[in-house]
Amino acid sequence: MVAEESVRVVRCGGSELNFRRAVFSADSKYIFCVSGDFVKVHSTATEECVHILQGHRNLVTGIQLNPHNHLQLYSCSFDGTIKLWDYVDGILIKTFVVGHKLHALFTVTCAEDSVFVIINKGKQDIFQLVSVKLPKSSSQEIEAKELSCVLDYINQSPKCIAFGNEGEYVAAVRDFYLSVYFFKKKTTSRFTLSSSRNKKHAKNNFTCVACHPKEDCIATGHKDGKIRLWRNFDDDKKYTYTCLHWHHDMVMDLAFSVTGTSLLSGGRESVLVEWRDATEKNKEFLPRLGATIEHISVSPAGDLFCTSHSDNKIIVIHRNLEASAVIQGLVKDSNIFTGLMVDPRTKALVLNGKPGHLQFYSLQHDKQLYNLDIIQQEYINDYGLIQIELTKAAFGCYGNWLATVEQRQEKETELELQMKLWMYNKKTQGFVLNTKVNMPHEDHITALCFCNAEKSETPTLVTASKDGHFKVWILTDDSDIYKKAVAWTCDFVGSYHKYQATNCCFSEDGSLLAVSFEEIVTIWDSETWELKCTFCQRAGKIRHLCFGRLTCSKYLLGATENGILCCWNLLSCALEWSTKLNVRVMEPDPNSENIAAVSQSSVGSDLFVFKPSEPRPLYIQKNISREEVQWGVFVPRDVPESFTSEAYQWLNRSQFYFLTKSQSLLTFSTKSPEEKLTPTSKQLLAEESLPTTPFYFILGKHREKQDEKINKAFESELVQLPLTENIPAISELLHTPAHVLPSASLLCSKFVNSLLLSKETKR
Amino acid sequence: MGEFKVHRVRFFNYVPSGIRCVAYNNQSNRLAVSRTDGTVEIYNLSANYFQEKFFPGHESRGTEALCWAKGQRLFSAGLNGEIIEYDLQALNIKYAIDAFGGPIWSMAVSPCGSQLLVGCEDGSVKLLQITPDKIQFERNFDRQKRSAVHKMLVDRQYMGVSKRKCIIWGVAFLSDGTVISVDSAGKVQFWDSATGTLVKNHLIANADVQSIAVSDQEDSFVVGTAEGTVFHFQLVSVTSSSSEKQWVRTKPFQHHTHDVRAVAHSPTALISGGTDTHLVIRPLMEKVEVKNYDAALRKITFPHRRLISCSKKRHLLLFQFAHHLELWRLGSTVATGKNGDTLPLSKDADHLLHLKAKGPENIICSCISPCGSWIAYSTTSRFFLYRLNYERDNLSLQRVSKMPAFLRSALQILFSEDSTKLFVASNQGSLHIIRLLEGSFKHLHTFQPQSGTVESMCLLAVSPDGNWLAASGTSAGVHVYNVKHLKLHCTVPAYNFPVTALAIAPSTNNLVIAHSDQQVFEYSIPEKKYTEWSRTIQKQGFHYLWLQRDTPITHISFHPKRPMHILLHDAYMFCIIDKSLPLPNDKTLLYNPLPPTNESDVIRRRTAHAFKISKIYKPLLFMDLLDERTLVAVERPLDDIIAQLPPPIKKKKFGT
Repeated sequence: MVAEESVRVVRCGGSELNFRRAVFSADSKYIFCVSGDFVKVHSTATEECVHILQGHRNLVTGIQLNPHNHLQLYSCSFDGTIKLWDYVDGILIKTFVVGHKLHALFTVTCAEDSVFVIINKGKQDIFQLVSVKLPKSSSQEIEAKELSCVLDYINQSPKCIAFGNEGEYVAAVRDFYLSVYFFKKKTTSRFTLSSSRNKKHAKNNFTCVACHPKEDCIATGHKDGKIRLWRNFDDDKKYTYTCLHWHHDMVMDLAFSVTGTSLLSGGRESVLVEWRDATEKNKEFLPRLGATIEHISVSPAGDLFCTSHSDNKIIVIHRNLEASAVIQGLVKDSNIFTGLMVDPRTKALVLNGKPGHLQFYSLQHDKQLYNLDIIQQEYINDYGLIQIELTKAAFGCYGNWLATVEQRQEKETELELQMKLWMYNKKTQGFVLNTKVNMPHEDHITALCFCNAEKSETPTLVTASKDGHFKVWILTDDSDIYKKAVAWTCDFVGSYHKYQATNCCFSEDGSLLAVSFEEIVTIWDSETWELKCTFCQRAGKIRHLCFGRLTCSKYLLGATENGILCCWNLLSCALEWSTKLNVRVMEPDPNSENIAAVSQSSVGSDLFVFKPSEPRPLYIQKNISREEVQWGVFVPRDVPESFTSEAYQWLNRSQFYFLTKSQSLLTFSTKSPEEKLTPTSKQLLAEESLPTTPFYFILGKHREKQDEKINKAFESELVQLPLTENIPAISELLHTPAHVLPSASLLCSKFVNSLLLSKETKR
Repeated sequence: MGEFKVHRVRFFNYVPSGIRCVAYNNQSNRLAVSRTDGTVEIYNLSANYFQEKFFPGHESRGTEALCWAKGQRLFSAGLNGEIIEYDLQALNIKYAIDAFGGPIWSMAVSPCGSQLLVGCEDGSVKLLQITPDKIQFERNFDRQKRSAVHKMLVDRQYMGVSKRKCIIWGVAFLSDGTVISVDSAGKVQFWDSATGTLVKNHLIANADVQSIAVSDQEDSFVVGTAEGTVFHFQLVSVTSSSSEKQWVRTKPFQHHTHDVRAVAHSPTALISGGTDTHLVIRPLMEKVEVKNYDAALRKITFPHRRLISCSKKRHLLLFQFAHHLELWRLGSTVATGKNGDTLPLSKDADHLLHLKAKGPENIICSCISPCGSWIAYSTTSRFFLYRLNYERDNLSLQRVSKMPAFLRSALQILFSEDSTKLFVASNQGSLHIIRLLEGSFKHLHTFQPQSGTVESMCLLAVSPDGNWLAASGTSAGVHVYNVKHLKLHCTVPAYNFPVTALAIAPSTNNLVIAHSDQQVFEYSIPEKKYTEWSRTIQKQGFHYLWLQRDTPITHISFHPKRPMHILLHDAYMFCIIDKSLPLPNDKTLLYNPLPPTNESDVIRRRTAHAFKISKIYKPLLFMDLLDERTLVAVERPLDDIIAQLPPPIKKKKFGT
């Protein structure tokens, strides 16, 4: 292990894939998307992430293929640099330092050595489109300071800029006008729509723009859902436009197909509309895409489209409007009510996803594994509609059971509440609804937990509610005549002086249940459901409650709203210690005695890791985030780390993830950024071998013949290389199935050695 | 302004007939419009779209095609198989020639204007030569198997679309050989006439595309659909650098609710008309040089002439319809109320008489005498005069027979104030004066038109004392005749714009003339010159908002007790001009609402100006003063007209 560095807070994926338009490679095999500080290269066929281009130090804001070399990719970032990548190998080729914060990037074929970027000069919201001359130099890092302004006072979104007719003009939209700058004539034409003063045209605002690839035609999207096709715009007077209207809400993005025969548009309706021949009657739809379409892009080969959606996904769509692949990131669209959980089976992070769904998100691969539809109702996207919310979820019995609570409250007195219990089905590898309980409580459910003790024979669930009761639900035989079906029924209802039950928690062995009733913590025997004892600290309502684990299982921890953290000893039934800490998140580590608490202060959030038995915390990190930390969770590591330093030992077996109010998922890491730059070991062999199409047979043979000729010509000069078939190391490498191969580092030296020419052959 | 009791009449059940054809004449900037009842109207686009002339319809003469030839000559053809040429000066039909091919469905004029081509029901296409004063049959083209639907300039192969039971409603042949067809499947198709191949197809509607018109430059055309939408197509260059051009659908206009049966393309505007009876003139902004009055959208629904006359003495209203007249007695009330109150009727309005016109011809004009005991109306070929006798509640009608031979057709009829004289403007330009006696009449005099002119008089006005008669044609000035001495008194100098309304004020005998450009003149007949007030207002100019109104003034009247007041109205406002008050300039508010009563008189006096305008009643077809304190206003709400039309094509509207 390398020398340990200090623990840092790092982003751990879950970044917005839909921040900018995705870009296709020239052969449509890869799709590039921005993802936080990285650029991700996905295969369009398999959806897999092939490379992650890492190097920017801030949000990547634009990506474009190099128009002069389609195997290279430009990217720009808020860190003020433009980087040129070889995306096939995932190598950074060059870095151009511009200096300004770059908001978007455009490349044009005819511009020999310059690209266009949007920068922010001077005031806060005044943006300029400038062209940047990229100097030719062999060095890795080049200063590119030669900027020339093209358009001033533009919208910062790259959707509001489009280059047309191979870079002869650029169209920009903002508010109520469209401006077109002609590079040759160096003139700007401006077309204004009647603005909000007129009520009928109140929503005339431009939202996006696209240029026809072949003709002088500009398509603009508007807030009222109209698409206007502008022509003759080189004449200030004779300009004309047509309207296409299908969207009922704002047009989010527009794209022309490569030949320009069709126009694609999308918006809040989650329907991709293809307008053929730019006529209103001739249109095709791809509906039910799940979420608002934010961006649309078209592959240069013309065979694929892709749409980026507000629920952080990219859908790759065939030319015939069939969705072929979905690249789904962490959904950050909705409010998180369920908190962060870890699915014991897949070790995936589980939280609210799409409306009415629970998402299973793989932290290792930074992708969504699947969505579990909990509410099972069509989601109607409309303002002012009160939706059913998935408010609570909990896993029990090693992931065999999942309990969810959903609620909908239209008026104060009309609460709709439903609890669902889902059983894991091994055959289908998914959760199946087992029991549905309507109105399990009279009021909001504040907490639910499973008894996760190893020895407990019947699965037990406890729900606590504001109606002053907690209910114990157990799995029993249903009245099925074959005695095969099982279902959950209420076994016990407990209450304490009509106080609202706010939290509940089982001890590690399942023998005790702690339920907090406002300021009072009650301890119940889980065998007999007898009230054992009560703790009351008179320090405000209990916000968090948890038992200590392993050696600390005799301790019970409670955090109150008044900012007091208490630790009770269950053996002596007395307060062990208490401290003043405004705890927002308190999470026990399932693999150790450690408990992480995140406190909130005016400056930011601080992390404390402690053992209940010890009064001194193990580790303190101040100011982990400026924002409020809403949820946290310990995720067990697959392979335990071995930090020797005492302060980092809490990270050995689990990793702590937390979610801030702005829904960025963060974690703690000791690795330096350079170390994280290890190239991904995935090799897509299938991609490299050409498919055996009829063309291949014709062209392949042709090439072979050519190669033979060349070989003959050079044979005399070339050193005869050893025949690869005869070398055992190579044949072993090629014929062993990939999944049983030892790691490449072991094979490497052997492989390279085998290729070296021995002295005998040289002679 | 004074308070009035207003009879708000809404029982004038008038429905204009739908527009069938529209033809634009570039030379004179005039528009000919034919309606389904056979009426042909001429609008002068240079004179604020004023409906200058009209030719009354005929039941058997459904017009299917209308075209201008040789500059000023207007031809129409219709289902009775006749080709008709109109005399635009005398406002009658010059001649009608049968084409001998059954009903005529289409007609086109050759580009040079010397030949006329008609498509007949029997499938034949006939070519006619236009001679200086007639048309002559030239040759007959082979008949097609199916009946010719439209201009048969298209080869048979284009009928390929008809396999799908598709009817081509219109074609246009461009000079570059492109044929554009519009059909019942909602398509606009571009064909290459040399090869007969389809070049481009635009599906624009779910219903029929019924009409097409191409601009003279052939760089833009307009089509009208059965859904009421009008689409504009333009020829635009593909890229700014290349010379290649393509036809692109640009703007849709939805100004109609029903089928757009006819479209026309003037150099600066798209003109459309259809079943919903509106004539819509939509200017093309890029062609309009200055943003003025012409740049505004026009919607013409009501005729620019009076269809209503009123008997002040008996509170009667005479409504003129295409084929009948209705006589109503106004209701009355005994209640009183505050300003703005609706008073309950103590006696409902009475429908006294339904007088059906004889013959297939439409009524041109009608009038009821101020005393209410005479009704006169005229069709193209006959003049009718009736005597009404009131015996308490009973009404008896007696036709005055044996009208003189020269009284065949009248363009305008007017009774003198004391109902003893009848003035008739005939279509030969002459004016007849007839003295009415109890049950009979006596021809007094005929004013012959000025030598050399054949222009017909369309508007008449008589002074309340019966001494003066003013008459105006469509273009020349207003002639004033002395009725006592039976001679021409004077001629008001001709003005560029046609006269829309005339009236002679009591006591002063000032002639008030309203023109289609919204100018109002006051001319003193005894002094034979414009009055001082008229000179002042011409010097200062009218308020710009006054000049921007888009319907002509159709009626002028005077208050018997307030000689300084002139009452006039157009379709959207009623105005009292108080000559004693200062004139408004462009900075003052023209349409000031009624001043609140609690404001001090000083402010009221300061803001007051000569034009008192009320926009409460619209669309206003007629407004007159019954007595000093009573007004009658006849409104015709557009919704009531729409309700009487056949239902439009149902279209799903989003969100309903």
